Amino acid sequence: MPEVKILDEVCKGCGLCCDDVCPVDILILAPDRINSSGYHPAMITDMEKCKACGFCYMVCPEPAIEVYK
Amino acid sequence: MKKIFSRPEGLTDTLMRYCPGCGHGIVHRIVGELLIELDIRERTVGIAPVGCSVFADEYFNCDMIQPPHGRGPAVSAGIKRARPECIVFSYQGDGDLASIGTAEIIHAAARNENITVVFINNAIFGMTGGQMAPTTLPGMKSTTSQKGRDVRKQGYPMKVCEMLASLDGPYYLERCAVDTVKNVIKTKKALKMAFQNQLDDKGFCLIEVLSMCPTGWGQTPVQAKKWIGEVMSAYYPLGVYRDRSKEAK
Repeated sequence: MPEVKILDEVCKGCGLCCDDVCPVDILILAPDRINSSGYHPAMITDMEKCKACGFCYMVCPEPAIEVYK
Repeated sequence: MKKIFSRPEGLTDTLMRYCPGCGHGIVHRIVGELLIELDIRERTVGIAPVGCSVFADEYFNCDMIQPPHGRGPAVSAGIKRARPECIVFSYQGDGDLASIGTAEIIHAAARNENITVVFINNAIFGMTGGQMAPTTLPGMKSTTSQKGRDVRKQGYPMKVCEMLASLDGPYYLERCAVDTVKNVIKTKKALKMAFQNQLDDKGFCLIEVLSMCPTGWGQTPVQAKKWIGEVMSAYYPLGVYRDRSKEAK
């Protein structure tokens, strides 16, 4: 079962991973919470759909995404 | 559960102080991964530029030097000649390489120094506040060309890969981008080849990477990403400009 962890404090909420990158489209910027720097971090909406392709990790400039399989 | 993708050991744990959506982080991550994949981290010397990535010495987990503005290729060449067992890469932006460091990069390429140059082209001077750079596109707005770059007054942009490809010296020149997943994978492949060529003692390799500067361009990160694909890569065509390994066959 793949799992994606987003490091909330590292994420700067640029949204590059949320735009046409995820093949199953499960990444969004958290609408209701911010990290200590004031950014809305990315979050996963439906972990069960994840295929662990790592595309989100590849476009993340921080990188604030860890992928487990 | 096995970790398959995470921050590579080639990068330190220091959080990068780039703006959200900046392409530098993606290229840092690729170089950090390659230092581990090629098992060269212990003997690599990196050259940090002057520009946004001036603090690259805090981010790369290898030996780093920060020479004067634009002198990266000259310092790299000196290190490589004095210590040929070291792997030397010069990480430079367009203000550093295409503006003040033009002489150094041209002569390092002409001498075919056995170094790897990572050239980040974001068409603007990012650190100083989005002024017009030698790589700013015609008609592109910046803080010092507020009506767009007028080629009759400010001239035409410099295409570094095409310029260096006119020399006989360089071994490998390629232009990539980090706007889409496909291009990020291609960039990694190109950088891997550039480091491998240095390991094989082939000669000068330069990888130009078209990179986002959302703050300098006055766009959101997603708009900036699309702008690279639609506008910037039309003016700066992606591709291989010199590959001596294929010419030899």
